[in-house]
Amino acid sequence: MCVATAGKVIEVRDDATALVDFDGNRVSAMTGLVKVSEGDYVLVHAGCVIQVLDEAEATSLNDLMREIEGL
Amino acid sequence: MPIDFNEIKEYLKEYDGPAMTLMEVCGSHTAAIAKYGIKAMLSDKIRLVSGPGCPVCVTPTAYVDRLIELALKENTRVVTFGDMIRVPGSSRSLGEARGDGAKVSMVYSPADTLKLAAKDPDTTFVFAAVGFETTTPAYALMLERMEKENIKNVQLLTALKTMPAVIDWLLGGGADIDGFIAPGHVSVITGSSAFIPAAEKYGLPFCVSGFRGEEILAAIYGLVKSRGQGRVLNFYPSAVTSVGSAEARNIVGRYFRPAAAAWRGLGEVPGSGLLLKDEYSEWDAGSAGLTEDVKKNSLCRCGEILSGKADPSDCPLFGKTCTPGKPMGACMVSQEGSCYHSYLNRVSDSEDSGDKR
Amino acid sequence: MKITMEHGSGGRATGELIKEIFEKSFDSDVLSEMEDSAVVPGAGRLAVTTDSFVVTPLEYPGGDIGRLCVCGTVNDLLMRGAVPMYLTCGFILQEGADVDTLKRVVRSMAATAKEAGIKIVAGDTKVIEGGTSAAEEAGMFINTAGVGFVPDSADVSSSKCAAGDAVIVSGNLGDHHAAILSCRMEIENTIKSDNAPLNGMVSALMDSGANVHAMRDITRGGLATVLKELAEASGVRIEIDEEKIPVDSQVQGFCGLLGLDPLYMGNEGKMAVIVDTADAERALAAIRKSPYGEDAVLIGRVTEGETGGTGRKGSLILNTAVGGHRILDILQGEGLPRIC
Repeated sequence: MCVATAGKVIEVRDDATALVDFDGNRVSAMTGLVKVSEGDYVLVHAGCVIQVLDEAEATSLNDLMREIEGL
Repeated sequence: MPIDFNEIKEYLKEYDGPAMTLMEVCGSHTAAIAKYGIKAMLSDKIRLVSGPGCPVCVTPTAYVDRLIELALKENTRVVTFGDMIRVPGSSRSLGEARGDGAKVSMVYSPADTLKLAAKDPDTTFVFAAVGFETTTPAYALMLERMEKENIKNVQLLTALKTMPAVIDWLLGGGADIDGFIAPGHVSVITGSSAFIPAAEKYGLPFCVSGFRGEEILAAIYGLVKSRGQGRVLNFYPSAVTSVGSAEARNIVGRYFRPAAAAWRGLGEVPGSGLLLKDEYSEWDAGSAGLTEDVKKNSLCRCGEILSGKADPSDCPLFGKTCTPGKPMGACMVSQEGSCYHSYLNRVSDSEDSGDKR
Repeated sequence: MKITMEHGSGGRATGELIKEIFEKSFDSDVLSEMEDSAVVPGAGRLAVTTDSFVVTPLEYPGGDIGRLCVCGTVNDLLMRGAVPMYLTCGFILQEGADVDTLKRVVRSMAATAKEAGIKIVAGDTKVIEGGTSAAEEAGMFINTAGVGFVPDSADVSSSKCAAGDAVIVSGNLGDHHAAILSCRMEIENTIKSDNAPLNGMVSALMDSGANVHAMRDITRGGLATVLKELAEASGVRIEIDEEKIPVDSQVQGFCGLLGLDPLYMGNEGKMAVIVDTADAERALAAIRKSPYGEDAVLIGRVTEGETGGTGRKGSLILNTAVGGHRILDILQGEGLPRIC
């Protein structure tokens, strides 16, 4: 059950939801699992923010791949 | 130095080492593999099989039948994701039952049910709560709101499943798998470390993968290179950590307890599911005991196909009695199922079929 | 004012409804004759089509059921190379439907008919009781029939695709379907339906002298369904390139959110054209002259077909951006949003 897309947090609200933008589509998502701030890129699944995406981590994939090469 | 994906693509296309069978256990991975045409990019020595990764497809017929019963009941309406609508029960699907007056609404987020319920307090809204670890936290958050706002006209009919137990069960049952493309978003919640016990116990690699074409190819590459090693690789570090989300596990633990679960085509697997705790039974629409799974046709081999033990073409019903228009079992119902994709390759002519032995 | 059962009785109330709303807006001398059927000049080959419109909501971003029913019918006639001439429309109204909505829908129909250069020549009105489960949300259904003249020179058919042909699509995929679903699922965006009559585009294409073999408007089922049907009708293999397929970024974002595939989403103002490859550039230039075809693009090619497992020839292949390929079938099921 994995359809989750990455969007940008436009607005954090008081009722444990945030307005998230996906290329112009705006959806309200529950933020009970993860602390979010405006401007964060987040993964949303079934109307729920499940993760704040860490772009810095994405580049470490290169290191992992190099590790595999050593096998 | 950045990764040269062309080298990876070439390696996988030319691979001539020992034959490998790799399984993915996530409906979205099945879909992505089909969407990007990944199978056509691999050598014949690398075989991709789809495991029981679509929680909708592994829901037994008794669950669908109960949903239909509720949807036909007076003052009751079933609310669901789109996926559930076409899955056949013992005689028909929820979608087909609409013609007989079954009341069904489709939503994007389970929390939308609460909006519907507020507008119509005389109707009981039952949400078809299916899912793996990725989705269960959304239900828990919904229950938290229902508790806080004392909502009386919403219930859940649950068919919740967890991954590690079924993987262990599959491998323990002798499935011939050399590596797993580990689910990307389930891992966000469970953490990649959830797969370490199975990796070490059976001595084979798990690689957590993202959903883009390049990410899946990278994961397949990682698995082929790690053949025979009982380790877990995380190739989706922007979203997945080793430990996952404690917050999500806590809130799920508040409302749900582990239980055995019935997997369509596979049978009952201990500890692979979740049920609402007794103290929340007023919000349960009768989820326990929905284990009966009526095989539409006794010749259906979905169970073996889902375990990677048989190919769609091994099933006598495939392409004749069982087609996407008239699915007999889980593997053909879903646009992510093995049988659905094999059928596509069969119906259309193609020099290199995507379905390899 | 609300529609009542009396409006459907065929008596005074019916007459008044037709006079006040339909006759006034359609302003057609033929319609005003109010005969049982319309006899109109005709000669040569006639293209005839019928369609029914049951969309909800009745009014959506970019259009409404009135505009839709004209576009849908006109485009069906155009795809055979016909010049659309006449339209009939039968309305089925639900008791309780809002007459102001009806007025807006009918005015929109009239405006679209004018744009498409067609006359609305006959109509019918029926009223049904409120509370019928299928009609519950709608309030209004429209059935149309369309008639057009097919010039002798036009020879366009699904079975005429040939190896070596070019595959063109007139613009972004999925807009109409995304606009409707956005309304129904209350997802906020600025996606508009692309419902449009394609007569200007088609006449420019036919006048350009390009050797057009087949044209199909891309409606329910999406581009994949249309191309697969063309491939089977002609017994050929059609190959399209993912990187070239035009999709608006907001529609793409919408699809990502709901797990939908733009290749299977419907439009109401786009067409797929199969044309002799030598004429591809000329065809593109002609289509791009239309305001509805500015984003027209070449997306693939036709090659020889082979017989498949079921004994039928005809296949559709997508070359994916990452370097793989994917076999596409017609739409199975309803194309419902996925979570899985």
